[in-house]
Amino acid sequence: MIQARIRKQFATGPESAGFSLDLEFQAAAGFTVLFGPSGSGKTLTLDSIAGFVRPDQGRILLDDQILFDGASGVHLAPRLRHCGYVFQNYALFPHMTLRKNLEFAVEQLPRLERHRKVNEMLEKFHLTEVSGRRPYELSGGQKQRCSIARALIAAPRVLLLDEPSIGLDAPLRAELYSALRQVREEFGIPMLLVTHDFDECLQLGDEMVVLREGRVVQCGPPRKILEQPANVGVAKLLGVFNLLPVEIRALDPGRNVSRLRYQDFELTGPYFPSRLIGDHVWLCIRPDALSVAPRNGKPGMNQLPASLLRTVDKPDRVRLEFAGDIAVELDRSTLEQFGNVKEWVIEFPQIGLRIL
Amino acid sequence: MSIDWFPLWLSLRVACISTVLALAIGLWLAWVLANRQFRGKEALDAFVTLPLVLPPTVLGYYLLVVLGRNSPIGHLYEWIFGGPLVFSWQAAVVAALFHSAPLLVKSARAAFESVDHSYERAARNLGASEARLFWRVTLPLTRRSILAAAALAFARSLGDFGVTLMIAGNIPGRTQTVAVAIYDAVEADHGAVARVLVLIVSAVSLVVLGLANRLTTNPFGPRQTAL
Repeated sequence: MIQARIRKQFATGPESAGFSLDLEFQAAAGFTVLFGPSGSGKTLTLDSIAGFVRPDQGRILLDDQILFDGASGVHLAPRLRHCGYVFQNYALFPHMTLRKNLEFAVEQLPRLERHRKVNEMLEKFHLTEVSGRRPYELSGGQKQRCSIARALIAAPRVLLLDEPSIGLDAPLRAELYSALRQVREEFGIPMLLVTHDFDECLQLGDEMVVLREGRVVQCGPPRKILEQPANVGVAKLLGVFNLLPVEIRALDPGRNVSRLRYQDFELTGPYFPSRLIGDHVWLCIRPDALSVAPRNGKPGMNQLPASLLRTVDKPDRVRLEFAGDIAVELDRSTLEQFGNVKEWVIEFPQIGLRIL
Repeated sequence: MSIDWFPLWLSLRVACISTVLALAIGLWLAWVLANRQFRGKEALDAFVTLPLVLPPTVLGYYLLVVLGRNSPIGHLYEWIFGGPLVFSWQAAVVAALFHSAPLLVKSARAAFESVDHSYERAARNLGASEARLFWRVTLPLTRRSILAAAALAFARSLGDFGVTLMIAGNIPGRTQTVAVAIYDAVEADHGAVARVLVLIVSAVSLVVLGLANRLTTNPFGPRQTAL
């Protein structure tokens, strides 16, 4: 279990705007994903935990050990923290063989024990055959596995991963994810993973911490966050929603109905508690929750006429992108039955409409 | 033509010893300059660089004042070793050291600063002390640049003239180094002796430079950036 409260202020420079990190979160065993755009303080948070960066204030606790405490001035040296760190560029020592890289991390152990441990890790990460090679002779996947093995060999109490999947192609990514899941099962320690890929959060994350400009904007399981983003900022960060600015024109709690105005069109949605008529809000809906039909005469209820800009093929479906920044995703077969059409109507469901 | 080979041997011995000393002191200074933040760091850097730009006679004069028989350091040396430092072959070592070490410090500092920080972070993260980080990571990664710098320092030690003349003097058979001997030979109109010594020094220097150049090629495969 790791608990962190970190504050750090960076002065405004002549060319850089001042940045401040001010966040608090905790991570239990399993994956906790630090998610946010570049410059949101994700890596800085990892570096504070690993001890490479000294926060101004706050406290970092790993299990019951204090790694950092601003008030009492405790700032443990990185080598005393027992934090495994998987660097973005792997940081494998280029002048050492893979085996030596692993041995470096357990040099304090007696020789036999060290030998056993290194062999065990090489075996576990399928590196035994290449253990005599130097990093530049290894493939990307091997380097990746070696850096994870090296970070884990000294039995750290938390594993920190800085954008581990960056620059990996799809098969290597899948390999990495399965290796990381295996680590989660076998080591049972908190694993803090930095990413700006929401897909990765969904694939790996048990918990997710959304960061923006040095602040935590939302925490929770990735599925929950996908279902209910805390605000339009989070929804934008996730990058998977259609976000339409609408105005609430009518609210009827009795019939559980509301009317929303988007440009010149009216949409019917469910009643939204604690909202007022006249509020300007964002309609938030996933592309696969919308359906389409070729435009045919006057649009019906909850139908929005739109012209198709382009279609984008996805592995299992097709994404239609319409003018006005609206996207719809549907099965390829559904699309094929309509043929080549330019003008469409987009149909909004009445029940599932959500506003932020 | 009879050539006295003593100056050549003396110069080689002086250059070897001064290079070893320059490595010991220079690497430490370079490491401090590359890794530590402290007040007066730039002043220290300037002070270390100064011998590179000062005229050798000026540097020699300072050393004469600091190490002379009447100075505290000179007294201490005499008390320990039973003889004065100035105008001994050991003084030639000091001269060569001051002449060559700044070059080594400059190169070594640049080499240390060029090491990717993530290697240092990784080493610390894996439980390495600062000493282990230096001996096992930083030094091996910069080994070639350091050896190249040491080769240059050796060549420079071999060629020192002004500082040596100022504090070690020109005592044939005791403190006369090859550079001084060449000057003497030219002055005394022994053209043949001068030519032979000049050719030998040039050849040794060329070999050392060639070695330095070979060392600066990249050791860790084509994909690794130069270290």
